[in-house]
Amino acid sequence: MRRRGGAAPVSRLDPRDLFAEALAGIGARPARTALTILGTVLGIGTLVTTLGVSATAGNQIAGRFDAATATEVTVDIPAPGSADDPPTVAWSSLADLTRLNGVTAAAAFARTQPGHEPSVRANTVRDPERVLDRALPVIGSTAGLAAAARTSITAGRFFDTGHVTRHDRVAVLGAQAAQSLGVTRIDNQPAVFVGGTPFTVIGILGPVARADEQALTGAVIVPWTAGDDALDLGPAGTVVITTALGAAPLIARQAPIALSPDDPAAVQVTAPPDPAALRTGVSDDVSTLLLILGLVSLIVGALGIANVTLVTVMERTAEIGLRRALGARRRHIAAQFLIESTAVGLLGGIVGASTGIVATVAISAARHWTPVLDVGLSGLAPVAGAVVGLLAGLYPAVRAARMQPVDALRGPS
Amino acid sequence: MTGPTKQPTPRPGDDSGRDRRGEDVIRLTGIGRTFDADPPVAALADVHLRVGRGDYLSIIGPSGSGKSTLLNVLGLLDLPDAGAYELEGVPTTSLADAERTAVRGARIGFVFQSFHLLAHRDVEENVMLGDLYVGARRAGRRERAVAALNRVGMGHRRTFRPGHLSGGERQRVAIARALIGNPALLLCDEPTGNLDSANTAAVLDLFDELKAAGTTLVVITHDETVSRRADRRVRITDGRLAPVPAAPAWSDETVVLPVVEGGR
Repeated sequence: MRRRGGAAPVSRLDPRDLFAEALAGIGARPARTALTILGTVLGIGTLVTTLGVSATAGNQIAGRFDAATATEVTVDIPAPGSADDPPTVAWSSLADLTRLNGVTAAAAFARTQPGHEPSVRANTVRDPERVLDRALPVIGSTAGLAAAARTSITAGRFFDTGHVTRHDRVAVLGAQAAQSLGVTRIDNQPAVFVGGTPFTVIGILGPVARADEQALTGAVIVPWTAGDDALDLGPAGTVVITTALGAAPLIARQAPIALSPDDPAAVQVTAPPDPAALRTGVSDDVSTLLLILGLVSLIVGALGIANVTLVTVMERTAEIGLRRALGARRRHIAAQFLIESTAVGLLGGIVGASTGIVATVAISAARHWTPVLDVGLSGLAPVAGAVVGLLAGLYPAVRAARMQPVDALRGPS
Repeated sequence: MTGPTKQPTPRPGDDSGRDRRGEDVIRLTGIGRTFDADPPVAALADVHLRVGRGDYLSIIGPSGSGKSTLLNVLGLLDLPDAGAYELEGVPTTSLADAERTAVRGARIGFVFQSFHLLAHRDVEENVMLGDLYVGARRAGRRERAVAALNRVGMGHRRTFRPGHLSGGERQRVAIARALIGNPALLLCDEPTGNLDSANTAAVLDLFDELKAAGTTLVVITHDETVSRRADRRVRITDGRLAPVPAAPAWSDETVVLPVVEGGR
């Protein structure tokens, strides 16, 4: 007589047998299983690659910002309402700014209005055959402009505080300005005539590293005192600050108070975006589209699993009928097909996550980036695959469980 | 009976209730089954049938006679609309779906015309499938499968896939699958329908052996040759059963004419 345990006379299925039957079902059609898995692999792989590469790229871009732009602060000072009003920012208040902890260099300057550039020439010889006059912007600056704008000096030197205090008529030429005036060396003490006033050239600038101060290359830079004497340049219009790494947001908040304690709101501060926000922003831009693409492929993968499982259920109608005849309950049939589709999804998730990680590392290696991978992501991806498989298997499993054994036994074998 | 007044419902395989019921495996009383159609089709009408333990019964009838419906009712695959069906003394028509499934899996062994073997599993695994859902212990399942295969003379084909077997061999594997759980009833639906005469003879010989060993057999067929091997024969026509008188031994050589039923 057969062993019969338990009180309720219902069929039982050992979980180990259930898994064995489900896995046998997957293994019965290896080619089809592989193709079914492929859909999930593509979806999960795209997602993991997208997240991995965007994290890596975001990290990379933010890293570059840290090194340079994140130290640049610019303060724009509006011109006073009328010429008689006191200036918004006095030249002397720059000293208060330079004192702030985190400021590595700072300079204030005033410049000629666009369209009102004075004519500048390198000598007084009147040559009727050549046009020697150049309309060049003139900048009257404090002594630290070269350092604050991170500009190299190819010849000579920048003027110092002494020149400024003494109202010395000295000039430093931007690289382009020097070229257009024909000044190539300073050891012969060349002079430039700015609106007829002679200035001794004591230095020529090289390239300007700060992206927002490229205008310096085409300008004639003079001490603000001498510039005010000769050209009536007026009060400072711009303050350029270079900060220590990471101090930019702090200095951006403190600079208006140091420069214009009476009315801090009158000045306008341009500071670099917060590196953390920047990182996220860049990542978001890069990844949103690809993320959508990955999700779409995942949905396609899920539909693939659902479709194949449904076809499999229809093909295995006779098997379902046989199992019902052998005592399987509806839930046994449903569980078997659910486990089959979940296992297929899980396999796809594992293979997809591995592919995505390899792709991320490969792309990073090709770009000489440091790959950034979220450990949780590689763990979560197979789970996501399994969930996709489970959801995709729900409908086919219900269809299989609902089959009447009488009808199913007549189905295709 | 002493003790509590509330009697436990006897279950199939439960020996307690059997003494009162005798040795009947099947007891059909006034079974009817009507299918919804316009007009309704009465596939079975007032069917009475008793099959004792160790009986070898054949049910013969042409297609459309209600044969398949009777098989489905006997196999607990379908519920009758009218009448009572007791299997080993247990009234099955009042059982819940899950309980009926359990009785079906544990007490009835099915043999199908198309074998219903899983093509991608070997012979042994196919036979073990018969033991999967009935709560039998996993330990010893392989040994029970081998024993069942030896009973049908297929012990030498354990590792074969069904695709590499002849039709007769496949049917013997299917019979082994039905036998593995020691069912009360071996229910065979056209067991030789897909077999040639040699294989048919082999399977019928196997039925004789099983019968001799005490197995209760019900064979549903349209084939007179197959039907004639049974101890007892009933004919189903238009959903009604009628006994077939025992034929003389020499009738193997005669042409059997359709039996005309009178007085319906």
